[in-house]
Amino acid sequence: MQAGTVRITGADGDEIEAYLAQPLGSEPRGGVVVIHHMPGYDEPTKEITRRLASYGFAAICPNLYSREAPGASPDDAAAVARAQGGVPDDRLVGDVGGAADHLRGLPGANGRVGVIGYCSGGRQAFLAACRLPLDAAVDCYGAFVVGDPPKDFPLRVRPLLDQAPSLSCPLLGMFGAEDQYPSPEQVAELDRELTRLGKPHEFHSYDGAGHAFFAVDRPSYRPQAAVDGWQKVRAFFDRHLNV
Amino acid sequence: MCTYVTVTRTVEGSGKGANGWFPVTDTSVYVDHPTHAPYGHTLNIDFLNPAAGPGSRVAVELTEESALALVEAIQAALAAAPAGLASRDQQV
Repeated sequence: MQAGTVRITGADGDEIEAYLAQPLGSEPRGGVVVIHHMPGYDEPTKEITRRLASYGFAAICPNLYSREAPGASPDDAAAVARAQGGVPDDRLVGDVGGAADHLRGLPGANGRVGVIGYCSGGRQAFLAACRLPLDAAVDCYGAFVVGDPPKDFPLRVRPLLDQAPSLSCPLLGMFGAEDQYPSPEQVAELDRELTRLGKPHEFHSYDGAGHAFFAVDRPSYRPQAAVDGWQKVRAFFDRHLNV
Repeated sequence: MCTYVTVTRTVEGSGKGANGWFPVTDTSVYVDHPTHAPYGHTLNIDFLNPAAGPGSRVAVELTEESALALVEAIQAALAAAPAGLASRDQQV
């Protein structure tokens, strides 16, 4: 495997930082864009990126806070981005699109690209899959895909359910049954809507797991759910990206 | 959950970060995932100076109980001192 920092072209033609990991050799392979969680472009997310490369994919994680805080430590960069109101949806789509284009241009690229995101990145993975031509998408416990926020909740994000008709690829959803954001009811609502629209999707909700059960460095980590979840993620990407 | 909600204020004072003391001009206060505290969510405060760069930051991550105790302590400390003693308009 080779892994390291590269520069790619993101939204509005901006040059942004990204972490690229890919197998050695140039045999045909699919690619995966990893969308980091709100705490930023951190070591655990780079580990996820390398893990996907170990599965045989070219994987890339764009630093969504490249513009606000170039070169800063991930937690400081996340604090700056938060203070400035977070990542606008349109910019996110442009950055993920740029990352996907970078993957399609790599030696050995088979032209198929998926996306995976965690927490806020789960919502953004769904958003990217509705706005970009992709081949597979994985939403790991993204809140606010479904569900109106409380009336006094000054959210800068809006639900995405109305964009579901544009979903461009199969969706794998990984959820914790004890999570409230998204709640089991919201997961069920998204499931019903995608079924109604005839959009291929596969949802898994794990008992005994809440939000962020994949996060190995946080107390929310649930090994059994995460191990089984990773097997399902790998099989899903194998099925849709290495064809 | 990522709450996304952030309460910001402009402030005057100083903080000591990784690179030493710096003027604090802004704060962000929010309930969300901590980076270090061993909880799913905490009340987080960033003391910032955006003009001096992302590294000019003092961060704390507190439980809800701790945050409320801190609010009470701030009010108690201010109440115990003559009004205006620590004001921006104080006589020095």
